[in-house]
Amino acid sequence: MQQLIFGVLTLSSFGFFAFNLRKIGQNIHMGMPLDRSDRKAERWRTMLLVALGQKKMFTRPIPALLHLALYASFVITQIELIEILVDGMSGSHRFFQNSLGGFYTFVISFIEVLSVLAFIGTVAFLARRNMLKLPRLNMKELAGWPKQDANLILVFELILITFIFTMNGADEVLQTYAGNSNGFAISSWLGPILFEGKSTHTLHVLEQIGWWGHIIMVYTFMNYLPYSKHLHIFMAFPNTYYSKLAPKGQFTNMQSVTNEVKLMLDPNADPYAAPAADAAPSRFGAKDVTDLTWKNLMDAYSCTECGRCTSACPANTTGKLLSPRKIMMDTRDRMVELGDFKRKNGQDAEDGKSLLGSYITEEELWACTSCNACVQECPVNIDPLSIIIDLRRFLVMEESKVPTELTGMLTNIENNGAPWQFAPTERMNWANED
Amino acid sequence: MSIQVRTMADMMASGESPDILFWVGCAGSFDDRAKKITKALVKILNHCKVNFAVLGTEESCTGDPAKRAGNEFTFQMQALMNIELLNGYEVKKIVTACPHCFNTLKNEYPELGGTYEVIHHTQLIQDLINTGKLTLADNGTFKGKKITFHDPCYLGRANDVYEAPRELIEKLDAALVEMKRCKTNGLCCGAGGAQMFKEAEKGNKEINIERTEDAIETSANIIATGCPFCNTMMTDGVKHFEKEEDVKVMDIAELIANAADL
Repeated sequence: MQQLIFGVLTLSSFGFFAFNLRKIGQNIHMGMPLDRSDRKAERWRTMLLVALGQKKMFTRPIPALLHLALYASFVITQIELIEILVDGMSGSHRFFQNSLGGFYTFVISFIEVLSVLAFIGTVAFLARRNMLKLPRLNMKELAGWPKQDANLILVFELILITFIFTMNGADEVLQTYAGNSNGFAISSWLGPILFEGKSTHTLHVLEQIGWWGHIIMVYTFMNYLPYSKHLHIFMAFPNTYYSKLAPKGQFTNMQSVTNEVKLMLDPNADPYAAPAADAAPSRFGAKDVTDLTWKNLMDAYSCTECGRCTSACPANTTGKLLSPRKIMMDTRDRMVELGDFKRKNGQDAEDGKSLLGSYITEEELWACTSCNACVQECPVNIDPLSIIIDLRRFLVMEESKVPTELTGMLTNIENNGAPWQFAPTERMNWANED
Repeated sequence: MSIQVRTMADMMASGESPDILFWVGCAGSFDDRAKKITKALVKILNHCKVNFAVLGTEESCTGDPAKRAGNEFTFQMQALMNIELLNGYEVKKIVTACPHCFNTLKNEYPELGGTYEVIHHTQLIQDLINTGKLTLADNGTFKGKKITFHDPCYLGRANDVYEAPRELIEKLDAALVEMKRCKTNGLCCGAGGAQMFKEAEKGNKEINIERTEDAIETSANIIATGCPFCNTMMTDGVKHFEKEEDVKVMDIAELIANAADL
């Protein structure tokens, strides 16, 4: 019976998770094509350093260490999950304990030590968010769901760890009653403190609560991820692999514009010639998430809303409306909204909303200095600047919505080849002045 | 000392070709403060007998502010015209004192058909000193002075050039002091992304004021930078705090020209 319940629970959890992963894949594919298939060795190296090695986290060492505890315990605990799956399916108890012997004791002890560190880290993170009120974790774009989401994740982690120690602690006391010990680093002393003197029956129940509680929390957590910022634990890997490798200052070249400009500059061009196969797209720049590249959309799913970008943004720190984190959160919210709408109403259906306008305002976009601080800061190599520039391109080239002073600058460049009103003939005057 | 500058057209006419093109840029050509930086660099080039030329009246905006403002048409019109000119003169190597021109020429022209070796003037000066072509006089200009370096975004984060300007400052008889936000964490001066040409959006502070505070906190006598726009923003910031007497804003080229008695 238990095995059946376990089997159904496992299958439905993985099934629902796969269903949501497919939606995420579909949503990312709403984006425009972009070739990131080059420089594979460099990409693997970036992923290993930035995602696996968390290189960029360590610019702020204290949160980096706390985060490392959570991350390491999460990764290592997955080893124990193998045993839980085997035990759950076969009805065995600690399937690998006898065959692995001392190595088993070592692995579980290692997991226990990391779990304690993770517990400490989680409590510290909760305190930092809710008691110390770190500014970047309490900004207005986090009001409501994002703040709840962050706290829920941390609470989930605390519950998960509590279940692990309930399971191992009760098991340990049961072992001592039989004159043995599992010998695990933490539970061999924590177990007796918590449960010494309890009846064998109570201990069996506690052990089962711990075991089932653990696996149910793991499945809950897994299925919570697609709805949460916590999805970064998976997305960090592909997202860093597909990082922009060009210098940060290099903005994309718009080939559609190149074709038109070459036509304008070429006196022999036939203006009535049929457009090339890669004809100009329907739109210059981006108005909605479907005009952004798939990498921009993957970026949005990878964001864990830590706000390092925003705390480094010169516009934001001087009170302007722009927040690079909000740009990423808006992109994700709009992508999910549009993806759901299209799945319901067909691929060509329009819901009358767009990223620019319904989510992001012109004032935010025009506050950006393109300084790349947000790009530099992001621990998972998200590029908010690329979205900002694509939205600006739409404003300027499709809607002619340019701040007045910039219209003057652009006219000057077009008329006299300088952003100010100086004649080209005056360009060498400096050489003859004192 | 009077400066010697020849144009590409002039050189071409006499059958010569320069080793390097000096891309002066719009600020360097028209802005009164930036023109002084241009001349300081030319003095260094003249002193080291570098065989260089400028485009003179044929030069035109790289298109950087248009591209950052989202106008790809204007950018590409400028870029394609400039590339035609540069390729016509068979330019191989370019030096510029403007990080915005530097970034655009180096990174954004190749895809449009213009591939050149592009260096920032601090890199060229560093090379001139390292190869012994330029020696700094022991004239005590900077003795006991503290200098802080403001990283231009388009030189630093955008192109990972952090060391060349710092090595040059260290060659002076002065102390290099870092601001709390420097190198990869350097704070923008507020001019990039075409902000130079517009009023800032509504906020509670100007970015250049915030940055100037960082610089003043170091109690440096000189704020050094390597960008004409940063220079303007920091100069305005120093004026805001009425510190013009105590804190000077100077380009690396000017510091070196002074230290070399040029």
